[in-house]
Amino acid sequence: MRGRGIQLLSQVLLQCYSLLQEKEVLHLVLFYENRLQDHHLVIPSVLQGLRALSMCEVLSPGLAVSVLKAIFQEVHVQSLLQLDRHTVYSIITNFMGTREEELKGLGADFTFGFIQVMDGEKDPRNLLVAFQIVRDLIAKNYALGPFVEELFEVTSCYFPIDFTPPPNDPHGIQREDLILSLRAVLASTPQFAEFLLPLLIEKMDSDLQSAKLDSLQTLTACCAIYGQKELQEFLPSLWSSLRREVFQTASEKVEAECLAALHALSACLSCSVLSSDTEDLLDSFLSSILQDCRHHLCEPDMKLVWPSAKLLQAAAGASLRAYHCVTSSVLPLLLEQYTKHPQSSQRRTILEMLLGFLELQQKWGHVEEDESTLLSLRAPVCSVVFSALTDPSVQLQLVGIRALTVLGSLQALVPGFLSPSDLELVVDHLIRLALHEEDSQSSEAAMEAAGSLAPLYPKVFSGHMVPRLEEELQSERQEESPCDHRSLRQRCLQALAAVSTHTSIVRETVPVLLQHLRKVQKGSEAGNTQDMVSVCQSLHRVALQCQQDAESCWYYHQTVVPCLLAMAVQAAMQESTHLLLAKALLEEEVLAAMVPVISAATTHLSPELATQSVSHVVPLFLDGEVSFLPQNSFPCSFQPFEDGECLEAQRRLVALLMAFVCSLPRNVAIPQQERLLHELLALSCSCNCPFTATTAAKCFAGLVNKHLAGQQLDEILQLAVNRMELGLAEGPCRMQALTLLLWVTKALVLRYHPLSSCLTDKLLGLLGDTELGPAAADGFSLLMAESPDVLHKGCHADVRIMFRQRFFTDNVPKLVQGFHGAGPDVKANYLKGLSHVLNHLPKPVLVTELPTLLSLLLEALSCSDRVVQLSTLSCLQPLLLEAPQIMSLHVDTLVTKFLSLTSSPTMAVRIAALRCAHALTSLPTTVLLPYKARVIRALAKPLDDKKRLVRKEAVAARGEWFLLGSPGR
Amino acid sequence: GPGGGAPLENANPLVYRRSGERPVTAREEDDELPDSIDDREIFDLIRSINDPEHPLTLEELNVVEQVRVKVNDAESTVAVEFTPTIPHCSMATLIGLSIKVKLIRSLPERFKLDVHITPGTHASEHAVNKQLADKERVAAALENSHLLEVVNQCLSARS
Repeated sequence: MRGRGIQLLSQVLLQCYSLLQEKEVLHLVLFYENRLQDHHLVIPSVLQGLRALSMCEVLSPGLAVSVLKAIFQEVHVQSLLQLDRHTVYSIITNFMGTREEELKGLGADFTFGFIQVMDGEKDPRNLLVAFQIVRDLIAKNYALGPFVEELFEVTSCYFPIDFTPPPNDPHGIQREDLILSLRAVLASTPQFAEFLLPLLIEKMDSDLQSAKLDSLQTLTACCAIYGQKELQEFLPSLWSSLRREVFQTASEKVEAECLAALHALSACLSCSVLSSDTEDLLDSFLSSILQDCRHHLCEPDMKLVWPSAKLLQAAAGASLRAYHCVTSSVLPLLLEQYTKHPQSSQRRTILEMLLGFLELQQKWGHVEEDESTLLSLRAPVCSVVFSALTDPSVQLQLVGIRALTVLGSLQALVPGFLSPSDLELVVDHLIRLALHEEDSQSSEAAMEAAGSLAPLYPKVFSGHMVPRLEEELQSERQEESPCDHRSLRQRCLQALAAVSTHTSIVRETVPVLLQHLRKVQKGSEAGNTQDMVSVCQSLHRVALQCQQDAESCWYYHQTVVPCLLAMAVQAAMQESTHLLLAKALLEEEVLAAMVPVISAATTHLSPELATQSVSHVVPLFLDGEVSFLPQNSFPCSFQPFEDGECLEAQRRLVALLMAFVCSLPRNVAIPQQERLLHELLALSCSCNCPFTATTAAKCFAGLVNKHLAGQQLDEILQLAVNRMELGLAEGPCRMQALTLLLWVTKALVLRYHPLSSCLTDKLLGLLGDTELGPAAADGFSLLMAESPDVLHKGCHADVRIMFRQRFFTDNVPKLVQGFHGAGPDVKANYLKGLSHVLNHLPKPVLVTELPTLLSLLLEALSCSDRVVQLSTLSCLQPLLLEAPQIMSLHVDTLVTKFLSLTSSPTMAVRIAALRCAHALTSLPTTVLLPYKARVIRALAKPLDDKKRLVRKEAVAARGEWFLLGSPGR
Repeated sequence: GPGGGAPLENANPLVYRRSGERPVTAREEDDELPDSIDDREIFDLIRSINDPEHPLTLEELNVVEQVRVKVNDAESTVAVEFTPTIPHCSMATLIGLSIKVKLIRSLPERFKLDVHITPGTHASEHAVNKQLADKERVAAALENSHLLEVVNQCLSARS
């Protein structure tokens, strides 16, 4: 009865504690304190009441202390149930939040009382609260008195945390929550150091990797608040544990945590504030590290060389002082070892270590001359690096090139590190490697290095490197074979682009590249096309490098765009007047290579400059207004949108118009936009040349995507729909009409335009068309994929981020329905369309949608079209890894289909089927074991496949199936 | 093994560089042209086997080398010589067994396999070779669940 009564009262209080008067609270508190002595069955309700009262703001001074004393005295907390223990923690937490001063008046008794309360706690939910209370005790400076060790014991007994949440645990407490919470307690005060450090040292030697990692991470956390005083006694054992782990471990994680801990220790010793009579331990700590590691650096072939170097680098990276101490011993040693070891592979290891130490210097920014060890080692370091650059081993060269980049950037930090003549030598090496080194890796690395050093020394590179490259590019060497000559020119072009990383250099390299393009165009050599494409690729790279700098960007745009247009217009006119041989410049490949150049030169223009440029380019195409082009005396007029056989060449230049006009920022107004749209629409529907028709359709779509919503847009779209319907109905231009439909649909799907669903339905309808069906199915890939030149974010298109999911939701049911209703000759089209949609869907979405589609996908595996097979397999493979439970339900079908596809006549299908067979092994072992023998037997056949790439997959899959359910997996 | 605290037989062995992935050639990507099984392909099967003692592969320890692999695709024979890191290496049989098992699992059945120690590099060379050549013994070894566990660990992809 008493229990029921108190329960009722407590529940009332929990509802209305905020309304109580001070006096009422006093009475209630006294009553409840008294009730704590009652029968143990009553206690839970009493605690609930006290919890309600602990939240009262009007609690008189002294009552909080009195309640806590009563609880500490009367209640044996750990014999209560979990929920009631939680109530006690809540009361304490409430009082700590509102009555801090009063509680502190209790002195260390409060701490002691709490220790008794939590001693023996086992429930993870309560532990999280209890750990938080301990953290507050320490953080808010409650008196710990003589109970520091007890407080440590009562918390550290949980270290390292060994807790696995039960399956379907509703509380959602993860092991990681407990680990972090406990770590925050243990690493909260230096007062725990003398107890904690021995514990950490012991647990680092644990057989459990998780215990090792937790100990190391806790040590690192402690270093942030410890000083030399706390660490002193334990340094030798800490070091020997860390060393042992790094020398022996197979786990990269353990190694990384050891190195982080060593770094933290070294940092802690470096910045401890010492009293005048204390010895600085950093030096002695570092010398023990040096003593144990230094000699391993002299054995570049042995296993311990890298662990030793990493330990030294971790310690050295902690402070400038540590860096000096370590490098003044290690750098001279490494330089000496380099000379002693003549083999390239050994030298490579030594130079890589040296490089690691040099890179650390960059952490400290500018360094005074007398502080730098490096300056005294200038000459030997340079000579080692230069010798690596001339070594026949490519691997050593590559490290040498990386070292060059680091040396170059050190110059800014350690003035005088490289003399002007050193720098010229650096450039000479880079030119030699970039142009003449046989191995393409070294050559590319040298170009990259030139690119990163050029902004630091623009004068050296523009004065020394660019002229040399220009000279090589123009030289006509008779003695070489044309093939070598071509590859040398290729390298020159790449190097010119790579080095264009500073605005002053861009102004030198761009004219050289354009000059070369003109020269190639005039020449009559075979292979001109490839040469022009190469120049365009270099120009593209330069454009990308200019984008972030407004001045370079405008210079580039103004110089390159008119020049390319002029050359193209010139070539097109020659062709239309003389009907001569096709000019290489007008080949699809070359025009396609110019598109990204013009696009990259345009996307980053400011709206003002873009407006200026568009006022020239659009009239050029619409009205033949050529006056802004650099060479503007042309034999006839430029009218790409006019009808006429001989204008075919001019019409191809719509590609360049597209590159420009579809890359403009959305707020730039396009003059005569409606007229332009009409012209493009007409061209896209009527032109016989697929390249031109497609380009016109893309350009139209690119503009429509950015067009302001409203009547004008609706009108032009209606016009487009009419033209498409006409074209699709019959006649010679059905394919053009389909292409236009695809691109316009894409443009509208991306911006969620209401008309997009109507266009998509037309497309779905075409899947059943025997003539256009396959092309329409492939079109779904175009709709879903990122297009490289128009309609992507980079060229300011209106792209809603969820468009793929939305397309999926709207259209997949229709695809499925269409599939079921379709005749046998066109069924594959629906599957193909579906495969394309699924392939581009983000995997998490796919996994949630899977159950409804799985049966169709399984059916698609039996489809004889290899594109469908391939894309279905590549769709299923990640699902096997990410949704093994769902896939397990179909294991029988999956095994059968995958195994049968491993003998497909198409290599890519065999490979994909084997990858799926491999991915099957991530399903639960019990599900797979009945199939093990059969799969292993079946996979023996592809082990003897005629293609090596197939055998490789078969080996991997079969090996994994052997391990299933076998010990040691 | 490492981490357990027991001292290793050879704690700081010579370490060799791994060869990179075999570059894929245009020919290999051609659906029609057959690629015969060559030495490198066999070497690629065994080079990433884990050493039972060190966190290193047999290639990094130079226990296996491409020059010591001989294959004849037409005659369906494979011969592999392996070199223990030290002449008294107690792991030699186990390493040989791992290589053999890997080849059994990865090659078409038509191949006849010969796995043996590089002549003159191990104290009990003859005895080890004899065991490895004995089909019944190899089969029996794989029935032993402890041995199978160690072999499987050597053949598992390292995380």
